[in-house]
Amino acid sequence: MGVVIALIAVLMVMLSGLSGGLVNDGVSGLKNLPVTAFAFDEGTKTDNAFSRSVVDGEQLAAWRDQSDVEAATPIGVAIVNAVTDDGTQIDLTVFGVEEDSFLAPTPSDGSGLGAPAGIVVSETLRSEGVELGTVVTLDQTETELEVVGFTQGQATFGHVDVAYAPLATWRLITLGDAPAGAAPTEADLAGVDADHASAIALQAVPGSALASGDTDAVAAADAAAGTTTMTLVESFNASPGYQAETLTLAMIQWFLYAIGALVVGAFFTVWTIQRGHELAVLRAMGASARYLVRDGLTQAGILLVTFTAVGVAVGLGLGALMPEGMPFSLEAGPIAVASVVTILLGLAGAAVAVLRVTRIEPVTALGGAR
Amino acid sequence: MTQPATAPTATAEAAGDRSAATLVLQDVTLEVGDGEGKVRALDGVDLQVHPGELVAIIGPSGAGKSSLLAVAGALAAPTSGSVRVLDQDLGPLWERGGQSALARFRRERLGYVFQSGNLLPALTAADQLRLAYRIAHKRGRARSFDPQPMLDAVGMGHRAGSRPGQLSGGERQRVSIARALVNEPAVLLVDEPTAALDRARSQDVVALLAEQCHERGVAGVMVTHDHDVLARCDRVLEMVDGRLTLAAA
Repeated sequence: MGVVIALIAVLMVMLSGLSGGLVNDGVSGLKNLPVTAFAFDEGTKTDNAFSRSVVDGEQLAAWRDQSDVEAATPIGVAIVNAVTDDGTQIDLTVFGVEEDSFLAPTPSDGSGLGAPAGIVVSETLRSEGVELGTVVTLDQTETELEVVGFTQGQATFGHVDVAYAPLATWRLITLGDAPAGAAPTEADLAGVDADHASAIALQAVPGSALASGDTDAVAAADAAAGTTTMTLVESFNASPGYQAETLTLAMIQWFLYAIGALVVGAFFTVWTIQRGHELAVLRAMGASARYLVRDGLTQAGILLVTFTAVGVAVGLGLGALMPEGMPFSLEAGPIAVASVVTILLGLAGAAVAVLRVTRIEPVTALGGAR
Repeated sequence: MTQPATAPTATAEAAGDRSAATLVLQDVTLEVGDGEGKVRALDGVDLQVHPGELVAIIGPSGAGKSSLLAVAGALAAPTSGSVRVLDQDLGPLWERGGQSALARFRRERLGYVFQSGNLLPALTAADQLRLAYRIAHKRGRARSFDPQPMLDAVGMGHRAGSRPGQLSGGERQRVSIARALVNEPAVLLVDEPTAALDRARSQDVVALLAEQCHERGVAGVMVTHDHDVLARCDRVLEMVDGRLTLAAA
């Protein structure tokens, strides 16, 4: 029984790790942004909103006029295919941001945004052989960008590494005006006549209606700006495939919990039946049904806590052996929650089984009545 | 041979002297089953057992011996008649249908010795007694309970740390007797204590039961098939077809 509980806990840790890994892979680029909410063009579908939405300067100005907004800045998002100067094919999510805005990356290595062709890329790209000074050539446009810095930790969006670029460069690329076979220059950027972006990143005034998620206040601001606003967490669903992946994993996890509860319940059903005569003896001796239920649940609790802990320890060990490149991330919070849920549902399963003791007739303790 | 239960003198003698009896069964009837399958397991049983007395009940299988123990031990409600322990009528407990009240009554007033001891396999002899004490008392008091004197009293002090699987049949019954006495019961109900024992050990176990009943003033009722141990008992009654009579000498 203990082994089964431990195995369920191992699976639970692995699923938690995979879930965390996929979440990080999908939206770590968003999670790390100092953003309260994103405003997308009005009526944009939640699914893939970053790639569907196009906002303009007027909408940005409308949000900047809101008293609840401390800062608002445009962000452009585009997923592109590229090849490095050593021929490695990579995919990039280009985040076009204003160099002096709160979205501008603080590099862990190299320099920040500034040069028209300079990009700050996710640290995870180092595993692809990308270094400072690596020239990345975008497919189709053949625009050349140079890696000038790395982000602090992983920054991915839609399972693709993020590359921060100046917003003007992003506009140049998305308009198809970027020079082919060369890096964009100041002159190229000066020629861009556009004010569009994918969304508007908002930082709320602390304590304001926007900060507290007051839907009425947000709706009024949306109406004024012609936008649809999502909180940072809500915007994760706008990342490609994020909702489907997390729902699938969550469903697997809940099935695992249910299986755990059923297994524990089945075990304690057999346990109670096997101990039927023993329990009848205890009832004949005057043990109350409540005492026996409490005793059974205490034993179930000890089993569950002990072997869940063993399973979590084994799961953490296995997690450390996961191959590089596999989206796997273990965090204490989700594992603690999953452990508690495993134990509580196991106890619920055990309770259903152990309640059978209330139906045991003490008279069956006597030999003649067996 | 046995005398018929309807004979007034024999019935009165079988019932025993009612004065100051700890356990009193009066005209107790127990019917089990339904419809055509209904069987009268006990048929107008009268029985009084006094403090310090060990009464043996013998009889063929199916005569109603275990039914008598069940009714006397608050494990089965009589169809009619009354059962009193220390002047407390058990009828109201059954009428209220209060399983918790019956459980409390059993743990406060009664002790049981079952066939083969029926000890819990995982517990040592000392822990068997601790568990019984814990059932009978508040949890807080159970911590201060020392099982050693009781185990010494039944000659099992040296096996306090042994589990049932490490004990002989006779030793298991000795522990079972100690367990039954932990709550200082008024009535000790004993179900075939020598069923799995050889003759010498059977004598030892029943002698111990009689000794403990005498020393502690407990009213004992022992159901048995074993006629070799009857000399150790204070009275011997026979159960035939649900009726209790004096056994032949």
